[in-house]
Amino acid sequence: MNVKKIALAGNPNTGKSTLFNTLTGLKQHTGNWPGKTVVHAEGNVQYQGQEYLLIDLPGTYSLFSNSTDEEVARDYIVFEQPDATLVVVDGTSMERNLNLALQVLEMTDKVIICINLIDEAEKKGIVIDEGKLSSKLGVPVVKISARNKQGIDTLLDTIARLLRGDIQTKPYRMTYQPEIEEQIKKLESRVRELIGHDYPSRWMALRLLDGDDALLKKLHEQIQMKGREVKSYEFGNAINS
Amino acid sequence: MHLSKVLKPLSDCSTGELFVIQELKLEGVMRRRLLDLGFVKGAEVSVLQRSPLGDPTAFRVSDTTVALRHEESSKILGEVLGGA
Ligand SMILES: Nc1nc2c(ncn2[C@@H]2O[C@H](COP(=O)(O)OP(=O)(O)OP(=O)(O)O)[C@@H](O)[C@H]2O)c(=O)[nH]1
Ligand SMILES: [Mg+2]
Repeated sequence: MNVKKIALAGNPNTGKSTLFNTLTGLKQHTGNWPGKTVVHAEGNVQYQGQEYLLIDLPGTYSLFSNSTDEEVARDYIVFEQPDATLVVVDGTSMERNLNLALQVLEMTDKVIICINLIDEAEKKGIVIDEGKLSSKLGVPVVKISARNKQGIDTLLDTIARLLRGDIQTKPYRMTYQPEIEEQIKKLESRVRELIGHDYPSRWMALRLLDGDDALLKKLHEQIQMKGREVKSYEFGNAINS
Repeated sequence: MHLSKVLKPLSDCSTGELFVIQELKLEGVMRRRLLDLGFVKGAEVSVLQRSPLGDPTAFRVSDTTVALRHEESSKILGEVLGGA
């Protein structure tokens, strides 16, 4: 059977592991990410005859690879391309948490925002309009309490509908200043020529503008692994022009 | 252009003061890091506590406590709103 990969991303301490445990029960394996000292946990879930492999990513405030944790989380989303990424946000601290959510929305279309700790948020009198947030962000938003097992059925149902294609997402993408947008446009078409449609070309163009050389190197390796013929000088030309 | 107040570094604020960020005088990774932690233009920061030796200082920003060294807080410019 075709196992669907679901990644859990989010800021530190937002309840990713709690949600992971709630969903997987005891069916999980832990170890390290290859070559990294970052803990890697994955586990299986069955829902309506579909098998999911859940991956608990390290908690980070950002995905710009300033740390090994960020690199692991970012690479998983961009290179492993999970069938869906759940961004677990802390309902008591939405503003801070949406920074990472916006970054994930730039990387993939298959995103669900899980507003966790909703019990805490309610206690503090915080009211969250998930419908409005969902239409602004262009992806499903589900309120849950991973610890109290609240909203889990809705979440599983939303995942299933997203994977079946019953939900079409239109992730919010930041519009940058005209000069930057112009450069993105130039770079993006070159990026697409070289790597095809398999990778998020706009996001990649942004990272190249940011001077993320390590990412470029990784992209080379990734493409070589997939047996594509892209020569390094072509990349050089693409980013220098 | 209106005449704006003279900006002061966050590091000059005393405990209990409320500060609003106008500008980050930093580039590269450090700038990125501070932005990710919530030190963005317009954000309100309160000064919680200085450690015994004066560095680092604990700040409250966007519902979280973050400790910054003088090296970083001196590059965050803004205005004091009140407090203390
Ligand atoms: N009240 C409440 N507490 C929760 C909920 N979900 C998780 N927690 C608590 O939040 C804390 C952090 O949960 P974790 O699951 O470890 O968070 P995490 O995102 O995996 O953290 P990192 O792996 O460090 O990034 C724990 O004390 C949990 O019990 C919830 O829905 N409600
Ligand atoms: Mg965890």
